Amino acid sequence: MDAIRIEGLTKKYKDVVAVDNLSLSVQKGELFSLLGVNGAGKTTTIKMLSCLTQPTSGDAFLNENSICKDSATVKSLIAVSPQETAVAPGLSVRENLELICGVHGFTKDKKNAKISELIGLLGLESISNKKSGKLSGGWQRRLSIAMALISEPEILFLDEPTLGLDVLARSELWDLINSLKGNVTIILTTHYMEEAEALSDRIAIMKDGKLLICDTADKIKEAADTDNFEQAFVRIVKGVEK
Amino acid sequence: MKMLTFANRNTKEILRDPLTLFFGLGFPLVLIFLLSAIQANIPVELFEIQHLTPGITVFGLAFMTLFSATIIAKDRGSSLLQRLYTTPLTPMDFILGYTLPIIPISIAQCVICYVAAILLGLSITVNILYAVVFIIPVSILYIALGLLCGSVFTDKQVGGICGALLTNLSAWLSGVWFDLNLVGGVFKKISYALPFVHAVDMERAVLSGDFAGVFPHLWWVLGYAVVLLILAVLLFLRQMKQQ
Repeated sequence: MDAIRIEGLTKKYKDVVAVDNLSLSVQKGELFSLLGVNGAGKTTTIKMLSCLTQPTSGDAFLNENSICKDSATVKSLIAVSPQETAVAPGLSVRENLELICGVHGFTKDKKNAKISELIGLLGLESISNKKSGKLSGGWQRRLSIAMALISEPEILFLDEPTLGLDVLARSELWDLINSLKGNVTIILTTHYMEEAEALSDRIAIMKDGKLLICDTADKIKEAADTDNFEQAFVRIVKGVEK
Repeated sequence: MKMLTFANRNTKEILRDPLTLFFGLGFPLVLIFLLSAIQANIPVELFEIQHLTPGITVFGLAFMTLFSATIIAKDRGSSLLQRLYTTPLTPMDFILGYTLPIIPISIAQCVICYVAAILLGLSITVNILYAVVFIIPVSILYIALGLLCGSVFTDKQVGGICGALLTNLSAWLSGVWFDLNLVGGVFKKISYALPFVHAVDMERAVLSGDFAGVFPHLWWVLGYAVVLLILAVLLFLRQMKQQ
């Protein structure tokens, strides 16, 4: 069953077409990556799917709910971890999680249970009472993902979640994202090819707002006639497929 | 409930910033004590405690503009607002969540200024309570100005515009530091076309028990507060859509 069905989604900013007639679908529980160079339209696509930006034309359906006509229901299904860590810097880790529980209207019991669960899942025990603004980039990313997960989303958008992290922190986040696969539908954007290849069930490559290819990493390599995924990406974006 | 959670977060963010305590509470107190000391040596009617305190309580609210503008601009810059826009919070929850926490902080600032003024010789009358009540519409005016600036400017721009420009303008054009009649002319006309001097004149009238003298200043303050609040809400919604 489709968790996301995108039909002719287009976003124009004056003369610029940020996303151009995008159509694709993502299955429930799938980890789906959006790849592309800067300005390809990845973040604009995520913003439209998460009801932050209205499409100029077209529509998308998240669990059959239209992003144009039923944004309130869509918002109750999703969570977003933006490119920036997007945490409240003056609040502790626990207070940040309490904030998200509160704005989703959780009861006190549910709030406490979810906070304990997420703190355990993401290994935040040692820093739960520290101010989030004082944490390292890696810890802030973990908190950012915990804040996205705590609302029990059916669809999770991770916009460049490992940006700026060191190798170890990135590896730990990969483990975490892998552990979520199957339970939550995840839409991931990244600039790291090895990340997309290692984590994704399927990958879409975009350029200038257009979808160039959408398939598994192996099929994309096959289409580009190479064993190296990064090389395949470059070939497809440059338009030199076999 | 959802709005209160968000408002509670904003309260914590503001109160945990040490600059808030210094500028919001410490600076007005320093001014009261300093100007009272000057008044003790070189008597000036303007700096008599019953004239000075209402002015300082209004001037201190310029920092509420800075606080509200800064928190909104920072939340926009850090994408925290973007994250929260994908939650069930409504536009009204955001506007109330940013506005309501600063009202009690404004009242607390006003109360502390009057406590200091009493220590410096201000007579204790019921009019002090009225002056604290009348500070509420003035604080809404200043908070709306902050909401407006925070919706338009970055946190660095907010520091310059609200932290330097607005605090100076609201000081010069309010009649707190010098009698506007001394300058007169266009300067006085501009001052009386803006709300700051009306807010000070209103507070002085309330504190002196001259309730007829509250008008027309109250209408100026309320008029500006309503217009600025509407403008602030429109600009906030505009930046929300621009996400």
